[in-house]
Amino acid sequence: MTTTSTTGADAPARPAVRPTRPDRRHRWARRAPLLPALVFAIVVTQLPFLFTLYLSTQSWNALRPGSREFIGLANYATVLTDGRLRAALLNTVVLTASSVIASVLLGLGLAILLDRRFPGRGIVRTLLITPFLVMPMAAALLWKHAIYNPSYGLINGILGGSTDWVSQYPMVSVVAALVWQWTPFMMLIILAGLQSQSLETLEAARVDGAGPWQTFTRITLPYLRPYLELGALLGSIYLVQTFDAVFTITQGGPGRATTNLPYEIYLTTFRKFEYGEAAAAGVVVVIGTIIVATFALRVISSLFRMEDAR
Amino acid sequence: MTRTASPARRSAGRTGAAWTVLAWLAGLLFFLPVAWMVLTGFKREVDAASNPPSWFFTPVLDGYRQVFDRDITPYLLNSVMASVLSTLLVLVLATPAAYALSIRPVERWRDVLFFFISTKMLPVVAALLPIYLLVQDLGMLDNVWTLIVLYTAMNLPLAVWMMRSFLLEVPAALIEAAAMDGADLLVTIRRILLPIVAPGLAATALICFIFSWNEFFFAVNLTATRAGTSPIFLVGFITSEGLFLARLCAAATIVSLPVVLAGWIAQKQLVRGLSMGAVK
Repeated sequence: MTTTSTTGADAPARPAVRPTRPDRRHRWARRAPLLPALVFAIVVTQLPFLFTLYLSTQSWNALRPGSREFIGLANYATVLTDGRLRAALLNTVVLTASSVIASVLLGLGLAILLDRRFPGRGIVRTLLITPFLVMPMAAALLWKHAIYNPSYGLINGILGGSTDWVSQYPMVSVVAALVWQWTPFMMLIILAGLQSQSLETLEAARVDGAGPWQTFTRITLPYLRPYLELGALLGSIYLVQTFDAVFTITQGGPGRATTNLPYEIYLTTFRKFEYGEAAAAGVVVVIGTIIVATFALRVISSLFRMEDAR
Repeated sequence: MTRTASPARRSAGRTGAAWTVLAWLAGLLFFLPVAWMVLTGFKREVDAASNPPSWFFTPVLDGYRQVFDRDITPYLLNSVMASVLSTLLVLVLATPAAYALSIRPVERWRDVLFFFISTKMLPVVAALLPIYLLVQDLGMLDNVWTLIVLYTAMNLPLAVWMMRSFLLEVPAALIEAAAMDGADLLVTIRRILLPIVAPGLAATALICFIFSWNEFFFAVNLTATRAGTSPIFLVGFITSEGLFLARLCAAATIVSLPVVLAGWIAQKQLVRGLSMGAVK
């Protein structure tokens, strides 16, 4: 990311006189513990992007050795005019938005159910978080074969019928598996929010004659907003990069019905070996992400200030 | 998560019972696929593929035996190596960095903090090609150390944020007192900081372990038979034909078990870890 990358190299207001030696040494002593991590992060995460930028200007198909040449922005023209990337972009938005929204809503419901004392609450909580802990690859296979399979899957086994869920409702199938995995995550964050709510406020609302619904919509929901935002934001960061579920359950199909950007770029790189095009698509995705992330960082930043103020 | 009951949240009577039943049903419904996975792993292949599904059967270990016959062990060992070593490396890098962003902050620490989180938002898919080419050039394809380095970078921002939130909880007075007593930095770290942030270190390690253990994208594109981690063992099942469900479920149970157990044991740390220290 370029937007906020600063190494803190120079202070905003530099004194007119050159800093005396002990002062400078003092500052470097402060920076020293930070440097290994910072350098590591820059080398491993930032340099590859510069390389991507370079590759995106090359016409390079790995299947035709020696065909590599500089072609300027032609790859970008290909990528942006080709319908595939646009379709993949749309699929990514649909997949991410629907999984995030559904898991936040379900997570909210479950968190409310768990925000009271009842026999076995600890056990129910443990049962509920388990889907998030199952390896995503294993979960995707489980849904594909053990749950969606038309002849011996659990859904048809219980409901009857012989619907082929994955080929008839591909997007829903992928989203359902993702929602199952991510609802516990949302529930945990929202539950933590509910439990940090002051009981006095709720009690006061009750004394003032507010019904449970009014208390919920007027007091609890506004209070929960930062937690809902945080859950949605973190969920989006992970879900926009969904690969395992698409790779496993639908392989992007049928046709291109569930091909999202990560899977599309994977195909361009390792099935078509169009390195230049893949790099250009990568750059486009990064630019899109920077735009979205700028908003996301603002959300985190406001949470951050709230936490500081507390 | 344990909290004394308050009159406001203890609903009594029939509605209370209804909510309890609903909560239990929701919990069981979400757990059902996991339960089904574990059960199916103990079935014979013919029972596993039966329709209607069979709920009662004599448990057998055929599925597990087949999974080990097909040599899942090296995959598991690669996973252990990649996740444990990358987790250690993350802690070694992130803890001093978090110190320099909380207790004795560098100037512009806020920018640095946001730089770390912004690396987490970059789609890994855009870095795949350069990383692949570079790793290929270095002759490091299908090598566990490649994964270790990448997983370290992947978890570093998370760990920096989490460790920072734990270090902020160390009372400043305590550190000042140590400095007044003339304790040098190392002594302060060992005697005062470490005991207080030890649970935080454990929570951070847990989260990093979970994410590296489950990682698939880099593993599938950069490794093959020698350095393949446990999700790679599962890839073969994607297009399987015939009777394989019991075997698949046995394998899925084995590879999920470490993280499920770790998550169950450390439920309380999980929330804080997943929210990078923002939610306590």
